[in-house]
Amino acid sequence: MKIPVTSSRILMIIAGLLLASQALRAEGEDETAWNTTLKQQFFPNRAIEEDQQTLEITAPYRAEDPALVPLQITSKFPQTKENFIKNITVIIDNNPVPFSASFDFTPESGKADIATRMRFNAYTHVRAIAETNDGKLHMAKAFVKASGGCSAPIGTDLEAAKARMGKMKFRFDGDKATLGQPNPVQLLISHPNITGMQMDQISRMVQPAHYVTEVKVSFEGKAVMTTKTDIAISADPNLRFYFAPDKAGELKAEVKDNLGNTYSASQAVTP
Amino acid sequence: MILLASRYLIWVFALFMLMSWDQATAEELSLKEIATGVYVHQGVHQLPNQHNRGEIANIGFIIGEHCIAVIDSGGSPYQGFALKQQIGKHSQIPICYVINTHVHPDHIYGNLAFKAVGVSFVGHHKLTQAMALRAPFYREKAHSELGFALSPEHFVPPDQPVKDTLELDLGGRTLRVTAHPTAHTDNDLSIFDTQTETLWLGDLLFMGHVPVVDGSLNGWLSEIEKLRKIGAKQVVPGHGPVVAAWPLALMGEENYLKRLQTEIRAAIKAGKTIEQAMNEIGQSMRPDWQLFDDFHKRNIATAFAELEWEDD
Repeated sequence: MKIPVTSSRILMIIAGLLLASQALRAEGEDETAWNTTLKQQFFPNRAIEEDQQTLEITAPYRAEDPALVPLQITSKFPQTKENFIKNITVIIDNNPVPFSASFDFTPESGKADIATRMRFNAYTHVRAIAETNDGKLHMAKAFVKASGGCSAPIGTDLEAAKARMGKMKFRFDGDKATLGQPNPVQLLISHPNITGMQMDQISRMVQPAHYVTEVKVSFEGKAVMTTKTDIAISADPNLRFYFAPDKAGELKAEVKDNLGNTYSASQAVTP
Repeated sequence: MILLASRYLIWVFALFMLMSWDQATAEELSLKEIATGVYVHQGVHQLPNQHNRGEIANIGFIIGEHCIAVIDSGGSPYQGFALKQQIGKHSQIPICYVINTHVHPDHIYGNLAFKAVGVSFVGHHKLTQAMALRAPFYREKAHSELGFALSPEHFVPPDQPVKDTLELDLGGRTLRVTAHPTAHTDNDLSIFDTQTETLWLGDLLFMGHVPVVDGSLNGWLSEIEKLRKIGAKQVVPGHGPVVAAWPLALMGEENYLKRLQTEIRAAIKAGKTIEQAMNEIGQSMRPDWQLFDDFHKRNIATAFAELEWEDD
């Protein structure tokens, strides 16, 4: 059963590379890959509205380091039981694996904002598609000039990165949480997040892909944010998001990677 | 018959192109003898591009009584040939060693020109791995940005990997080669010529060209502390003048890196984001450095990602 999965993944990567190279040939801020393939692949037969009322995406137009591009998605309204963003999917059109991450939110998230660091392999659009609780899809997009982020050399201190793999840290603004309000929190996960694309043509060895696939954040057992991630997430995944505690309790992160490793960390939250 | 003839013509043409081209560059490759038998070609403070073909670093060679050691082979296969040709004009002593100070393209792309029986390639023990991991990415970049094609053969790995130190006897003079822990990259080498007390630092030392952090900011600063104690008379930086006074030459780089470290630590402590750090830190240092806008923010990003784990 494992072999077909791997080979279909390789096929996807090859298809992605072909699409990316086609896109490169086209001039300017091309959206062919999205319009002809990706939209239908990820959101078959669904209407997607490009509006300004739901979310905003911030990314540098010219990336300084293609393997470490800061990306911020900001929602335009707070999460309430009546009106909230259920999911945000991030697609990077011309990456070898366009699906980059998917974030499930709940009313307990407080605010459906997310900031992370990503790899960009080509000049490409990055798009965030939000699904609101009424089932509608809303999109925001940005164009980023970068190249080679997925095949870029693995962080040079790979040994240090491997030694602390699975370590996690929560960071808050200040010592105390404000009850009933969205509180910003940062989750740092130490993981080399190897893309599998750093192919070694000299010794013919391939650095096998090894990356975080799932991050579940919960507060007192209730989901705050559930994330599916792929190789576009930079080494040492870093997630900034919100949670809205209604009492003192424990914020917990559970992480899985593609090799089946699991890590968890928790942090006491006091008002 | 026609096919054979046209094939032959193509070869003649190719050979002619190669020869005329080689001569053209050989004339351009200027060298300065900065100490007895120590020759340096000065690079330029530019981003690698099709015009300069990535030939931007300081490269050169040291002549002993029996052997010549090349230090960094150039930023393109062409520059490698040009350097080799210039060496031939200066001396008939054989080239025994090609030392690569680290993996960056501007220091290794001339390697293949020197590959021959009797020539040993010297590099950090992590250089082979670094070359292997970077080759696909570098080849694509060479094609798209430098305008030439590289084959895997252009990445000639060291046959003498250095883990700590290595002494190379050139006849009448000894080069002490030192492998450093992660600093500018994870595969930095320095060379000390005992005869003239010249220290060749490769990109462990940037002057004029803003330092580029591709390894570890903390590691680099702690190496600078150790380097300072080396009793050298003069130093050859990887980017900057062909020679500079030692250890004064370290000052600019050290100030830059220290300020990055101090301010990034403060930003992390204050709960600032990587985006804020990239926009706010060290902008007042812009007038001090060339290519500041091309590398400074990237340095912050790289260092920020390193320093946010430093307490662990």
